Amino acid sequence: MTATEETPTTTGVPFTLNGVELEAHEGENLIDACDRLGVHIPRFCYHPRMTPVGMCRMCLVEIDTGRGPALQPSCMMTVSPNMVVNTESEATVKAQDGVLELLLINHPLDCPVCDKGGECPLQDNAYAFGPGESRFVEEKRHYEKPIPISDLVYLDRERCILCDRCTRFADEVAGDPLIHFVDRGAQTQVNTFPDHPFSSYFSGNTVQICPVGALTAKPYRFKARPWDLTGVESTAAVDSTGARVAVQSSQNRLVRVLGVDSDAVNWGWLSDKERFIHEATDAEDRLTDPLTRDANGEFVVRRWVDANRAAGEALSGDADRIGVIGGARLPLEAQFLWARLLEAKGITNVDAQLGDGLDPAIVSGAPRATIERACNPGGVVVLLGADPKEELPSLFLRLRHAVAEDGVKLIELTPRASGLSSYAKARLHALPGTAAEVAAAISTGASAAVGGVDAAELAKAAELLGSGAPVTVLVGRANLAESPDVTVAALSALHDLVPDLAVLSGLRRGNVHGAIEMGLTPNADGTEAILTAAVDGRIDTLVLLGADPMADVPNRDLAEAAFAAVSTVVSVDTFNTASTARADVVLPAAAWGEVDGTFCNLEGRLSPLAAKVTAPGQARADWIIAAEVAAAAGVDLEVTTLGETRARMSAEVDALAGIDLDALEGEADGPLLAGDHAWSLSAPSVSVPPVDGYGLRLLVDRTLWDEGTMVHHAPSLAHLATTASVSVAPGVLDRLGVAAGDTVSVGHANGSIELPIKADGRLPEGVARVPYRANGFDAGALIGDGPVVDVRIDRVGS
Amino acid sequence: MSTHTNDYVPHAPGYVDNEGPKVVTSRFPYEDSFTMERSLATGGYEGLKAALAKSPAEVAQEVKDAVVLGRGGAGFPAGIKWGFMPNIWPRYLVVNGDESEPGTYKDRLLMERDPHQLIEGCMIACYALGLNQCFLYVRGEMPLAHERIATALNDAYAAGYVGKNVMDTDVSIDIVLHWGAGAYIVGEETALIESLEGNRGQPRLKPPYFPAAKGLYYQPTIVNNVETLANLPWLMVNGAEAYKQMGSEASPGTRMLAVSGHVKRPGVYEVEQGVVSFRELFYDDNFCGGIRDDNELKMFIPGGGSAPWFFEDQLDVPMEGRTVGAAGSMLGSGALVVMDETTDAVKACLRVVRFFARESCGKCTPCREGTSWEEKVLQRILDGHGRPEDIDLLLEIGSNISPGTYPVAAFGDEGLEAVPFPPKQTTICPLGPSSVAPITSAIRRFRDEFEAKIDASSDDAAEPVGAAAGGH
Amino acid sequence: MSRLNPANVTLAHEIISHYPKKKSALIPLLHLAQEQDGYVADDAMEHIAELVEVTPAEVLGTCSFYEMFKRHPVGTYMINVCTNIACQLMGGEELLHHAEETLGIRPGGTTDDGLFTLEDVECIAACTEAPCLQVNYRHEYRLSTDDFDALVADLRSGKRSDIPAHGTLGTVRQHIPADRRAGIRHPDDEGTPAWFASRQPAES
Repeated sequence: MTATEETPTTTGVPFTLNGVELEAHEGENLIDACDRLGVHIPRFCYHPRMTPVGMCRMCLVEIDTGRGPALQPSCMMTVSPNMVVNTESEATVKAQDGVLELLLINHPLDCPVCDKGGECPLQDNAYAFGPGESRFVEEKRHYEKPIPISDLVYLDRERCILCDRCTRFADEVAGDPLIHFVDRGAQTQVNTFPDHPFSSYFSGNTVQICPVGALTAKPYRFKARPWDLTGVESTAAVDSTGARVAVQSSQNRLVRVLGVDSDAVNWGWLSDKERFIHEATDAEDRLTDPLTRDANGEFVVRRWVDANRAAGEALSGDADRIGVIGGARLPLEAQFLWARLLEAKGITNVDAQLGDGLDPAIVSGAPRATIERACNPGGVVVLLGADPKEELPSLFLRLRHAVAEDGVKLIELTPRASGLSSYAKARLHALPGTAAEVAAAISTGASAAVGGVDAAELAKAAELLGSGAPVTVLVGRANLAESPDVTVAALSALHDLVPDLAVLSGLRRGNVHGAIEMGLTPNADGTEAILTAAVDGRIDTLVLLGADPMADVPNRDLAEAAFAAVSTVVSVDTFNTASTARADVVLPAAAWGEVDGTFCNLEGRLSPLAAKVTAPGQARADWIIAAEVAAAAGVDLEVTTLGETRARMSAEVDALAGIDLDALEGEADGPLLAGDHAWSLSAPSVSVPPVDGYGLRLLVDRTLWDEGTMVHHAPSLAHLATTASVSVAPGVLDRLGVAAGDTVSVGHANGSIELPIKADGRLPEGVARVPYRANGFDAGALIGDGPVVDVRIDRVGS
Repeated sequence: MSTHTNDYVPHAPGYVDNEGPKVVTSRFPYEDSFTMERSLATGGYEGLKAALAKSPAEVAQEVKDAVVLGRGGAGFPAGIKWGFMPNIWPRYLVVNGDESEPGTYKDRLLMERDPHQLIEGCMIACYALGLNQCFLYVRGEMPLAHERIATALNDAYAAGYVGKNVMDTDVSIDIVLHWGAGAYIVGEETALIESLEGNRGQPRLKPPYFPAAKGLYYQPTIVNNVETLANLPWLMVNGAEAYKQMGSEASPGTRMLAVSGHVKRPGVYEVEQGVVSFRELFYDDNFCGGIRDDNELKMFIPGGGSAPWFFEDQLDVPMEGRTVGAAGSMLGSGALVVMDETTDAVKACLRVVRFFARESCGKCTPCREGTSWEEKVLQRILDGHGRPEDIDLLLEIGSNISPGTYPVAAFGDEGLEAVPFPPKQTTICPLGPSSVAPITSAIRRFRDEFEAKIDASSDDAAEPVGAAAGGH
Repeated sequence: MSRLNPANVTLAHEIISHYPKKKSALIPLLHLAQEQDGYVADDAMEHIAELVEVTPAEVLGTCSFYEMFKRHPVGTYMINVCTNIACQLMGGEELLHHAEETLGIRPGGTTDDGLFTLEDVECIAACTEAPCLQVNYRHEYRLSTDDFDALVADLRSGKRSDIPAHGTLGTVRQHIPADRRAGIRHPDDEGTPAWFASRQPAES
């Protein structure tokens, strides 16, 4: 008898569990109720975040609902009043033992060479309940040992117990049913279609939820034994969703990241990027030593004290001639200290974004939504920005569940169909530059198409927005070749229509919301203005806080000119980048997994970042770098520990009032920043010219796998980077007289590039799309300073 | 046609035109029974006409009053099943024409010989329940049935009996012919629905997926067997009272029975339910005329491969669901397989078990793993590699698929009590437990035959193939 | 081999139109592919996936569950001998062994000339006519070994033109004329049929 008494909740459902009268919640699943009440029922197929299927039969228990006791799968039963449940009866035990024996008869029992060994539910249950010897003396099932089902996941069908967890995940959670049960009966196996790999952005989750060692992740295979691992809870920082993770290391190396179930954020799921990007922390070419230039302009390794002095000097010049770019990579504490330092120095040319985001007023000047609000049944979500599947994949899973399962209604106001498009109730695929016009037309009721959007779609959107349902707008940067003002103006137009809407920021870069909260935001103009000032000779010093403008600022010509013009560049970073290569002072920072700190996600939710391994060489935490550079610059930030920093933050930052940053660990959901913002966003005016004679308007957006610094340094991920191409709607291909695969030139008066062309049914006519930072190719060359970019496409050669 | 030939009808292979009232096979003696012309000339669509003259509720009540028992296997009253539908639309009719239970041969005849009668029955059911659409799921391996039904549907649409404005009323119902593709389990109603949705034919769990509430596309759905629906035209024309004149009180009407195996005249007979005994069916001249070569009866399967076996002791059990269930088996799908004294019980047992092992859908563990394990052990015994412990092992595997004492027939001379049908199960559906039926039946009655085979096994041979890999 | 040819694509769209949800047409479309090529080719599965808007893996998952679908070419004539209980009792296994010896192949095998594939199958609903078999799913009843030999001889000499090549099932298809269609009802499309509502007695 292990059931523990619990104080009954308000409207409990009385039932008897192993002879004890207890209460379940209304509608509560029996296996969940038992878990909550301290009675463990063994299970393999049941997973609390997926539809129960009752297939493995391991959770059979004796249940009496008035017609006598019968064996029922506890994962499929809702507790009903006066149900009598016995998880320890002879019949229950016999049934569970029987199922376990049957699961083991064809299992290879190769535990000594199995990655799962030591943390395997099948092994654990066999150890706890198994008979110790097999009565099965026949030939076992045989399959070819592990087969790759994707670039990241291997499948061993001999170990598989056909619980349907991975296949269910692929279908109902990820929406990528690329693995499936194949064949029948005892020959049933999980597999892909021939030559159609399980190329899901979320494939790693299947490894995590596999209850045996059938699915293994290539980055982790044979890297460690579970009993050698130690772990700590942290937050994925590769994008701004803030998915909760457990970080595990062995022998001072990060070897595995697992999703942690947070109700508020990621429900235990991770994208493969969040899961495997930790490989970058362990990369060979990390920055390990402070560097400055010698007389010949060559980098030399320096002591910290000398490098700090050089950085301090750079920050001590004329404040107006200094520009500071970046900060989204940093934990909240370092962001705070840098903000105080810059404030003390009177430096106001600051921007945590790299010209690829939006006006931070979308965060500070609008009522803020949580993921929960966006996903709450009955609501309406407007997607105004980039495809969350590409930029914020864990958020995408939440949104997908909301629109696919919970009846949340989606309006797309995007330049092309997103990963959620098939669920959208209205699809407003606006020609780049026209989103604000299209948004305004929702309320005025157009009789003809606006920005390429049918009047019928506009009417559908108007109906949804006028229904009185709570409206949440997910706002992000849809098109790097379009002025960010277009999106902000569109948001403003939506607000005119729905004054009580709330905004979920889709700014994607890591801890960018923390940076905004801590004040690493432009007073007037942002990164592009700083770089322009540098080109114009008004700024001569650039300080880069984990930023690589040479690779990340969309207007690549501008970045190049700015770096050429300035006299001093100080870079705080973890890797050698195009920008550190041009720096005069390089300060090596500890990377994700190496430092403690705090993360602020796109909702304004705080969660811990945890140190699990030590930083390489002399690399150190950003908050220490900030404090020491400040000291070298003659500013005493009055902190010598992380704790002191946090104490100062709590005292000085209103949004952190009442939040104990030392107590975030172990809180699955994490607190939201205090305070709410009234609407104060003013609509920028942006004048977009009609499509010029070149004929196609350029869309440059991101894919999950790109040539970004982190992906590039994660060996298992680097090769996944999107291959460069230009895509157009299938009809356009015919109009241009080219075939898919042909090399074409894409360009305008100021430049052109050559790359292969392909058709994409998700694109509207009139748009040419090029992925940002694709493999071996730089779309930035096409982007200038106009509000939109029009290009022409010509066949190369004959 | 009122005169019975008392012999095979050549164009309806296996059908015996025996004495007795005929409800569903009345047109079989006509060679062109499947045509629209013959159907109309012999009262076809009169039942639909009669139904349309009533309210849907009255039609449903008539079916309930007549106590039309389901002919697919479970024997549940169709009228009661229809009453389980919540007031939710759209709702669908799915016709189970996936006949594949070993020993069963009747629905194929009904589909091939009288498709219009079936179509008419479908229309009556749809009318009674306000069903939006009917899907007629026919087993894939029956192309002649496909052709006959497709032709009949095309004719019935053209003649206005199906589709828009049926018989010039506002009633509009489509019937779609759907082909299966070879999977016994699809005969289970929730698996049939999965298959009709284009999925693997794997059963859903009941609860919560009772088709009447959450069936096709998770909408209310009635799944009825071909023969059940084929009864409806006659019932609409003649009424419930007339229907109840036939058969017994608990099991009115007639049903089609296929008797195969070691009888003198194997065949498909339409007989009054609950009136004829097994003994009469096997031995009377109106039916099978006795065991072949006047051999002794060894055992018989009373209701398809899934049913526990009966023996001489049960010959006089009335052929009614309730009594057969109490005696430890089921009438199932009207499939009787008769085995005489020459039959090898172990071999027969293996053959039925192998069927279930081959047809297990693989969804739940006990059936997927257990049935194939049973088959392997039995095959090993038959191959001369049996071990003494294999007999108990077989029973033990069976008890992990179907816990507790498995239903078995009583043997008075051994002082054994019958355990009533149906069995308990650790599985999702009854397929797994069905594999236990022949094992328990054979071992309980013919343990000596198993022991003899095991005794004859050589020591060398008794070392099985995978022994080295077996331990864990 | 191949994707569905244009005529079959037209037919596929007609079949799909019979169902409230496209995926329901999956099995009929796999039969269509098998009728076209004699087996279900990978390309055909990919094509069907496009037509019913699912992934190829989902099509494979369904296709591989059903034993009638052959994913590799088989003989012109598939001879399926039943050995289930009723046929076993009446000599089904002996018939199968005779077939193996006569054709020189084991169940699952195909003769070198590509004419015959032999299979050992489960109950084919002709139990009173045991032992029985099917040739391309057309029944043959109460066969002696001599009957089997005669059947094979007839098939070889082309005398059985009534049996189409493997893949073709029913040679007649259901066609619903547009003006005769009652109309399908998507599961999300609620509402009682008007004819039904008007005929029901008022709720008491």
